[in-house]
Amino acid sequence: MEDLRKAAETNIKEYGFPVAIDEKSGALQWVDMRELHLKYIISIENIQEFFEGLRDGKLLATKCKKCGELFFPPQKDCPTCMDSDMEWFELKKEGVLETLTVIFVRPPSFSAYEPYTVAIAKLDDGVRVTAWLRGDPQKVRPGQRVKIEIAKRKEGYLMYEIVPVEG
Amino acid sequence: MAVAIIGAGQTKFGTRKDVNMPELAWEAIKQAMQTANVEQKDIDFMVVGNAGMWSSEAAVPALMYEYGKFENVGSMRVEAACATGNAAIRVGYTAIESGEADAVLILGVEKMQESPNPTVIELIGRFGSYFWEFENLGLTFPGYYAIHATAYMAKYGATEEDFAKVAVKNHHYGAKNPYAQFQREIKLEQALNAPYVAWPFKLFDCSPITDGSAAVILASEEKVKEWGIEEKIWIHSQGVGTGTANLSRRESFTSLKSASYAAEVAYKKAGIDIDAPYKYLDGADVHDCFTAAEVIAYEDLRFAKRGEGVQLVREEQTYIGGRIPVNVDGGLKAKGHPIGATGVSQAVEAWKQLLSKAENGRQVDVKNGRYLAHNVGGTGHYSYVTIYGLEKPR
Repeated sequence: MEDLRKAAETNIKEYGFPVAIDEKSGALQWVDMRELHLKYIISIENIQEFFEGLRDGKLLATKCKKCGELFFPPQKDCPTCMDSDMEWFELKKEGVLETLTVIFVRPPSFSAYEPYTVAIAKLDDGVRVTAWLRGDPQKVRPGQRVKIEIAKRKEGYLMYEIVPVEG
Repeated sequence: MAVAIIGAGQTKFGTRKDVNMPELAWEAIKQAMQTANVEQKDIDFMVVGNAGMWSSEAAVPALMYEYGKFENVGSMRVEAACATGNAAIRVGYTAIESGEADAVLILGVEKMQESPNPTVIELIGRFGSYFWEFENLGLTFPGYYAIHATAYMAKYGATEEDFAKVAVKNHHYGAKNPYAQFQREIKLEQALNAPYVAWPFKLFDCSPITDGSAAVILASEEKVKEWGIEEKIWIHSQGVGTGTANLSRRESFTSLKSASYAAEVAYKKAGIDIDAPYKYLDGADVHDCFTAAEVIAYEDLRFAKRGEGVQLVREEQTYIGGRIPVNVDGGLKAKGHPIGATGVSQAVEAWKQLLSKAENGRQVDVKNGRYLAHNVGGTGHYSYVTIYGLEKPR
């Protein structure tokens, strides 16, 4: 892309337009002069206790006061009871590893990280959590015990992680 | 009101720097209209499957209305992630079934290579649950499916070699399909020695980033009669399912619930025995965005019992001559996966196979007169199972 952009800059002067030739096909391409950066602003107004919980070292789910169903990721409404009378429930942070992958080819927005392991664990409370797995992915296998720990990411903010339990 | 596919067209899939969006779309539309022998004035509704984002033009229905000189035609663009193409067929099918339309142009088109690969990887990762899976975890599409592959391996003892064999098969048939992105065979060792993309998936376990377009013309039974259409296939049934956005809200990672549900609905409506559906079908196109996804599809579609999909791979039962030929057009793996065009391309393939128009070496035996298409959006977020047939459905 960088090569095409440079070629287009040169071609604006020499040819009169922001164009470049695609190397493989030899076909002429117009190199877009407009660029779009996307960064969303997402409301967490109704789940802010979840983030406060992380600050206190807790992993919180929402629980419907009427039917008792646990929701993780936490959600504001219970669709079964058609009610929003929820309470915050502290998960025990222990469970079983169900599956995992190691992301080698990373999106550009994750290029600052080395290949990372994403895993899914089923907590003893019954809910599942998808998170990064800390440690060597080759030393873990589905079915083994794991716990959830809260740690700072490279970007400096807190996030929950899946950590294998020794032994 | 029964609905038939009366014309079909598809472009060469791959890197299509030689054409822009409307030129690429027109290649497929023109073939579909010519094989159906219809004109612009005959079309009363146009549905465009296009996921977009990576490509510049967003108003594709209007763009093609203008480029193709259509008139008095309703239109819309639909999106269902990688099942976008079959979702477009769903809209046209139900529009005719309900009597709201007589002849519908379904176009699937994607120009993914208008953006550089890293941008496409960034954007595809967002087809899961953005906030809980992408924002902080950076899950990529190979990653979402690799999570399923790992679970399948752990539960049923499948190996990376088993998955690689799916790629070998699909490249074998891709080599015989002039419309495929990769028209070359691969060796098992080659697949096994490729670099990891998302463990346990390596390069050859993954479908590519593709430009391409496919189109079909759907017509009502009435129009088929009025126009005296000889060459056609019928939509026998369609099942549609939805899955959770978050993988962590699912009970199983060795099956896609939306797909097994969609299959059940489609089989029941078509009067197919759900315990041995392969006995009623001549072949299938399944959504092999990743090799393990094809194995899981065998089970969701009940071509094999749970845990035995991998046996079909080992015994080469999904080659022509086996229990049921699968992805003999190369599949998403070798034919390519231009998101919005994929589901429509599966319909084009059903049309070609059932009418015995497939190229040498990849034509199935047409005995039952039925072909299945399985198109999955996201990781089972949306599933479409469509059954096509030669005979008019009862």
